[in-house]
Amino acid sequence: MEMKPTRDGYGEGLLELGKTNPQVIVLDADLAKSTRTDWFMKEYPHRFFDIGIAEQDMLGTAAGLALAGKIPFVTTYGVFVAGRAWDQIRTTISYAGLNVKIAGAHGGISVGADGATHQALEEITLMRVLPNMTLVVPCDAIETKKATIALANFKGPAYLRFAREATPVFTSESDPFQIGESITLKDGKDLTIIACGPIVFEALTAAKILNQSGISARVINMHTIKPIDKEAILKAAKETGAIVTAEEHQILGGLGGAVAEILVQNHPVPVEMIGIKDTFGESGTPEELAERYGLTANHINIAAQKVLKRKASPQ
Amino acid sequence: MVVLNEKQLQEICKDMRADILRMTERAGSGHPGGSLSAVELMAVLYFNVLNHKPQEPGWSERDRFILSKGHACPVLYSAMSRSGYFPVEELLTLRQLDSRLQGHPNMKALPGLECSSGSLGQGLSISNGLAIAAKIDKKNYRVYCLMGDGELQEGQVWEAAMTAAHYKLDNVCAIVDYNNLQIDGKVEDVKNIAPLKEKWQSFNWHVIEIDGHDLIQIFQAYEEAKGVKKKPTVIIARTIKGKGVSFMENVAGWHGKAPNKKELEAALKEIYG
Repeated sequence: MEMKPTRDGYGEGLLELGKTNPQVIVLDADLAKSTRTDWFMKEYPHRFFDIGIAEQDMLGTAAGLALAGKIPFVTTYGVFVAGRAWDQIRTTISYAGLNVKIAGAHGGISVGADGATHQALEEITLMRVLPNMTLVVPCDAIETKKATIALANFKGPAYLRFAREATPVFTSESDPFQIGESITLKDGKDLTIIACGPIVFEALTAAKILNQSGISARVINMHTIKPIDKEAILKAAKETGAIVTAEEHQILGGLGGAVAEILVQNHPVPVEMIGIKDTFGESGTPEELAERYGLTANHINIAAQKVLKRKASPQ
Repeated sequence: MVVLNEKQLQEICKDMRADILRMTERAGSGHPGGSLSAVELMAVLYFNVLNHKPQEPGWSERDRFILSKGHACPVLYSAMSRSGYFPVEELLTLRQLDSRLQGHPNMKALPGLECSSGSLGQGLSISNGLAIAAKIDKKNYRVYCLMGDGELQEGQVWEAAMTAAHYKLDNVCAIVDYNNLQIDGKVEDVKNIAPLKEKWQSFNWHVIEIDGHDLIQIFQAYEEAKGVKKKPTVIIARTIKGKGVSFMENVAGWHGKAPNKKELEAALKEIYG
């Protein structure tokens, strides 16, 4: 299977937009090579602005560009953009509903060796709480490219989360992609795994393992966290009666939290959550970290077994 | 564009001071001190400098004004209404439920507001973005940004100062309302920002220092800034917080406190004589 980092999908999406949409402007904060905005910079140097190591200023500059009708894509690591510039995103961009696209690279613990300071684990929580904000977490490089292009054609503030490491490319160019509409990758009747980002592939692998023991798991790619596909979540709860969420992000306020909010208010069913459990990451290889922090297909499999037990004998 | 003579501007400034006091008195809260200090700066800008069409706030060629010190919105609302953006009577709705005149500017509520603001230190970055867009689109509009002096303690201001100079944004004109007071006291005591002229010069800005209550100096400064090429300009305007009302002048306590009825009456008497 082809392996490719989702950040490459972002770089390719920007290149496409460079060709097709003259209003697209790209800004970076001294990480152009790493975030892949240098591909756009080389082709469209007059529509690229390096703001230097100044994330707050970059978000404000983007707000001004958006006010003048441009479609700015601001890009840096998730920790720096969602955290350091949160007030700029909240008060200047989200409050006014400005058409700024925020691209947060290096999402997740798979950043690896750089350690906790650079592993963004909080962006879903931080962006989800902002009114007017749209939040997309694509699962592979192809979907990231589609999401990048879709966000340019969509009016309003949005955050796109992608990752550093090469991960499986398992969707195809012809698969549909609509902001806000989740994709059921595999149908199933015993439980549903709802995941976002590259960990969706682990969810599919877990479904295969479960299938070997005669358990039929539905797998939903919840690529848009806000607005979340409430209908698909409730349908899954009603039809399968048990949910496992999976994300490479803090569970608190993350996808797990978002799904739970929908369920407890509408149709409570047992839920197990795979994700970072209120802790920081550390240095290591992506594989070592996935194992230590419980983010593999095997961990999803164990969570599925657990949720099925709870479904069978409710307390 | 209306162009007023000095006498007319003086009269408008009186009305704007009265507006600020009436609005905040009615609201029972708000920020009169830093609004009063910027009256002349705003009057000259809105009546004699800005290329704008109050009846057509979305006109694409208009000059942009960004109020970075969002708490001083009473002076902005007054300048906007007096120049024709909305009826003067609406000023008295300040800070009330459903009012278009929110306690800090909400651009979605009121046409003519160029941005929402209230969290300090952000306006210059926004101005730079607008200025970059003008350069890309080969438009001639200019961008004006009013900042407070205490606000310059925000690091983002200096990030933006570097950006404007680096990209040679000569269509940006920043104005510092240097009244030397912030909530906790004198700026120089809370955290000194001096020497201000030298700071901006070292950031590669063209610097003009003026008396921020002298209408002629203000007008000349805006005109000088228009002629500066390859560099952004900052006008450092020495002002008096609470200017025009003797008991408010140079008193930090009037930063975020509204006058009561009696104080309003006394203030209006001083303003109109």
